[in-house]
Amino acid sequence: MQTNFSYTIWIPLVLLASFLVVGLFGDKLRPRLSGLISTVVILFGAVLSYWTAFQYFLVNGKADGVYQTIVAADYEWLRFYDTLAIKMGVLLDPISIMMLVVVTTISSMVHIYSFGYMKGEKGFERFYAFLSLFSFSMIGLVIATNLFQMYIFWELVGVSSFLLIGFYYEKPSAVAASKKAFIVTRFADFGFLVGILLLSYFTKTFDFQELMQPDNAAIAEMAGLSFMGMSVLTLALVLIFMGGAGKSAMFPLHIWLPDAMEGPTPVSALIHAATMVVAGVYLVARLFGLYALHAPDALSVVAAVGAFTSLFAAVIALTQTDIKRVLAFSTMSQIGYMMLALGVSRYGGTEGLGYTASMFHLFTHAMFKGLLFLGAGAIIHAVHSNEMTDMGGLRKYLPITHVTFLIAALAISGIPPFSGFFSKDIILSAAYEHHPVYFWTGWAVAGLTAFYMFRLYFSIFWGENREYEHKPHEAPFSMSFALIFLGIMSAVVGFIPFSKYVSSDLMPYETHLHMNVAVLSVVVAVIGIVVAAVMYMKPGGAADKVVKAVPGLYKLSLHKFYIDEIYLFVTHKIIFNYISRPIAWFDRNVVDGSMNGMAWVTNKVSNKIKGLQSGQLQQYAFVMIAGMVGLALFVLYWASR
Amino acid sequence: MIEGIGVTDFIVVATIMFFVGVYGFIVRKNLITILMSVELILNSVNINFVAFNKYLYPDLLQGYMISLFVIGIAAAEAAVAIAIILNVYRKLQGIDVEHVDTMKY
Amino acid sequence: MERLIFYILALTIILFSVMTVTSRNILRAAIYLLFVLLATAGIYFLLNYNFLAAVQLTVYSGGVVVLIVFAVLLTAKIDHKLEPVNKVKSALTALLAIIGLGAILWAVFGYNFTGNGMAEGAYDVKAIGSSLLSYGQYGYVLPFEVISILLLAAMVGAIMIAKRYKND
Repeated sequence: MQTNFSYTIWIPLVLLASFLVVGLFGDKLRPRLSGLISTVVILFGAVLSYWTAFQYFLVNGKADGVYQTIVAADYEWLRFYDTLAIKMGVLLDPISIMMLVVVTTISSMVHIYSFGYMKGEKGFERFYAFLSLFSFSMIGLVIATNLFQMYIFWELVGVSSFLLIGFYYEKPSAVAASKKAFIVTRFADFGFLVGILLLSYFTKTFDFQELMQPDNAAIAEMAGLSFMGMSVLTLALVLIFMGGAGKSAMFPLHIWLPDAMEGPTPVSALIHAATMVVAGVYLVARLFGLYALHAPDALSVVAAVGAFTSLFAAVIALTQTDIKRVLAFSTMSQIGYMMLALGVSRYGGTEGLGYTASMFHLFTHAMFKGLLFLGAGAIIHAVHSNEMTDMGGLRKYLPITHVTFLIAALAISGIPPFSGFFSKDIILSAAYEHHPVYFWTGWAVAGLTAFYMFRLYFSIFWGENREYEHKPHEAPFSMSFALIFLGIMSAVVGFIPFSKYVSSDLMPYETHLHMNVAVLSVVVAVIGIVVAAVMYMKPGGAADKVVKAVPGLYKLSLHKFYIDEIYLFVTHKIIFNYISRPIAWFDRNVVDGSMNGMAWVTNKVSNKIKGLQSGQLQQYAFVMIAGMVGLALFVLYWASR
Repeated sequence: MIEGIGVTDFIVVATIMFFVGVYGFIVRKNLITILMSVELILNSVNINFVAFNKYLYPDLLQGYMISLFVIGIAAAEAAVAIAIILNVYRKLQGIDVEHVDTMKY
Repeated sequence: MERLIFYILALTIILFSVMTVTSRNILRAAIYLLFVLLATAGIYFLLNYNFLAAVQLTVYSGGVVVLIVFAVLLTAKIDHKLEPVNKVKSALTALLAIIGLGAILWAVFGYNFTGNGMAEGAYDVKAIGSSLLSYGQYGYVLPFEVISILLLAAMVGAIMIAKRYKND
């Protein structure tokens, strides 16, 4: 019996209602009440999502052993002409339901956590209104039935990210960071939009299901059409991936993510670690049928960008001292992993292992990275500083944070039996089957990840015991609750047999642990942890000596490979000087000048001729009569000829 | 019709009267004399209409009627003009047309 | 005889017109204007347009001139001399008038006016009255109504303009 899933439309709608209520009337309500409204609503959304997931995966989502793609709701929103309409709807399939669960879970935890973290902040209710807006947009994005709906919510997510990064709008650095995030992602979204238009121009549809039809003639035609050395479909998909890369902070569009850490820490956990930044991965997964079946070249681009970013970001993360920045680069690195997994995947069955791996890693990463950020928030809350160098020996003061942080660090490093181990293992297996270079890159990144995570862990919780001005105290219950909940999740979600639920062709299949890969990755992770322990566990460890040994590399990594400086050079020195300035000059002097000149001439001429308007009636009469007589004479002379 | 007098004679008289009116309109500064000049002009036009009616279309009454209407309008115009002149006199303590120039640039 | 009367009337008109616009005593100018209007009425009589002549006498000579005289009495003293006109302005305007006159007379003398040769129609008061109120061909009911409205508006307007306001 088919379950009716049409109630899922209420998940985004109640969130929208919560945003409107809290956003419009928030200043009239007491702050805690508006926070409570948002939290109750997101918990309600989470319950609905869990129920949906239960019904779909375990009860009756399958027909003949294949997961069904269910359109639970479909409304026509904007009709341009007969064949082109923009619809709004709810599409349920394994990945969208998984994303629903992820988004609502992390969002609920962040809502609860923020009760403690944001307590007494100015704009408490505004914060909750924006959280609701973000949750609404993110859910609208994951349940989108068509590319255009996705694009709309994609932009909404970008707006809420902008609003939340700039939450402390009195701080110039936060304002700059929010602008940077918005502009960089907007620039990437331009590619996304062009890709959508290109795709829909040929296929005449935005709908995912129609696009995914295996026998779609328009897609085949598009794949056959060549433009600048690649097929139009490949071009379109690469452009769409550009949008995804912007949102997911892939190299070279990653520069906004570290700065985005200016926002409140719960926001970093929700948006910039667990949900929004994986939207790019989700986008590629959503269109995976197109990528895998018709444009393997585009998929290679995805894999290469993902692999490079994961390595690049991991190297930068080694030297950063701001704990949130370390986590930000770690996020980039892990998303690079997911992209890599998608890129090495192929369509169908065990060939689609990478697809499953990517989604699996997305799921586990959301849990442990959300936990890491929330833990970082608890630490910052206790120490009032973001800098690792201001911390040390905190394990005595913050026991709950310490344990949960350790679980998350172990999970991200890929130590069994924590969740990260399982997802990382199938990513590496998939990479191994595709190309050894990708495998060894991923393997190296796993080692680096373990190292920088435990560098962070040891510097914060071990290292030298410091005297603190205020004695650090454990976070309030609302914060601890979220930490414990996510800690449990990070520990256990790895045991979910993901391939039974999520696969590229919707057909469940079996995976098993690849012993070689598992052993290799665990070994490298343990090496990383041990090195970190040696360098940072005791005060005055070997860290300084290593820095002195490779000063150039250290500096390069500390300055994030000078990518920001390159951007600044290109925009300020080249674009501003050689393009913007001449245009501005032209505008000021030629365009404005001609307008001003016209006004000036009119002014001068009218000043000269205004004397004619003397107000003397008889003068006018004289001129008029003279004109009449003159005309009469002219006509008579002319008539008499 | 008058023996020995053609329509041209009437027109000559009317035209002279017209241009004398124009001369007065432009030269005189007193608003009332200007009004009188206007009456002269209107009157000359009336003579023309009547003469054309009598000499060229004697079977109809077109010129005759127009003259009647012009006389009516002239009366109305004189009434309004004198009301304006009185108002100007009250405002400016004089009716010199050269002082009525508040509408200049 | 009629010819003689016409010449006398024409001369009167021209003479008194000129005196109207040149007189430096404004009350006299008004009287000269009265003579011009009377002479014009005489011309209408001469042409047998008795009703028109009567209207000319009552409305123009009787109404307008009296109105003007009253205006003069309200705005100037009786023995007030108007200042002499500017010589240059006068000469220029006279030149303009003479040129215009010459142009028109030249045109008029060069044109051969011919009547339509029809017999004279009726122009007694009865014919005029029915013509004024008829709406067929050569009926003038529309201009008649328009003139009625115009007179009403002029009356109201004249009263409103000349009215003395409290703040004056």
